[in-house]
Amino acid sequence: MTISANWYLLLAAVLFCFGLVGVVSRRNILVVFMCVELMLNAANLTFLTFARQQGTMNGHAIAFFVIAVAAAEAAVGLAIVIAVFRTRGTLWMDEVSTLKN
Amino acid sequence: MADRAELWIFLLFAIPLVIAAAGVVAARNPVNAAMSLVAAFFFLAGIYVLLVAHLVAFLQILVYAGAIMVVFLFVIMLLQLHDQDMQDAKLKAMQWGGIIGASGVLTVVALAIQQAGEIHWKAVPESFGTVKAVGMLLFTQYLLPFEATSLLLLVAIVGAVVVAKQRI
Repeated sequence: MTISANWYLLLAAVLFCFGLVGVVSRRNILVVFMCVELMLNAANLTFLTFARQQGTMNGHAIAFFVIAVAAAEAAVGLAIVIAVFRTRGTLWMDEVSTLKN
Repeated sequence: MADRAELWIFLLFAIPLVIAAAGVVAARNPVNAAMSLVAAFFFLAGIYVLLVAHLVAFLQILVYAGAIMVVFLFVIMLLQLHDQDMQDAKLKAMQWGGIIGASGVLTVVALAIQQAGEIHWKAVPESFGTVKAVGMLLFTQYLLPFEATSLLLLVAIVGAVVVAKQRI
């Protein structure tokens, strides 16, 4: 390996922050969900980088579990999106504020 | 030249990956965001192969770029979005604050990575990251979390049906 692990960690940090920007600045529930997936992937990249750097495979197992949890999260989250759209007719996060007051 | 090959391959995957990730955040239309995300997952799988994580790279394409993105596209199609749903309103002050906060996080993390100095790789065995080796780990040391994951997926399936179905 000619390039150090820092490059991979920096790439993961950039990906995570793109996801963070999307979560805080976008108001469409679907796009916010996609940005959450991006953040989960950035975490996975960090796990795999350190797994390769330490020479142990535990990070691969954790990455596997993260992928499984992301699949479960996408299934339940998109079901909630469908339920919200059915009752409110909108995907706008600002308009879904019944629990606010 | 040969010792630079890894750097070039890394950049070959990393630069399109960052562009695709920016496309997810910036796209007006959710369908465009979803397609950018698929591209990002593919490039990320390439990075995983560089990290000798073959099984995870394969799962990334199979589960993320395959299953999860199909669910996303199906939901976008089902919801029959109108034009006013596509456009984001002007950003509020709070959202600008969030963006500045996120760039602050990036700065801090990047500085921390730089401060850590060059992190060198340890040697890995021949079987590193293969299906056999990771499978051995999953079915011995991580057996309980593995079974818990199957339960979690079952609960997620039932929960998704209960939440999304109109009349049960």
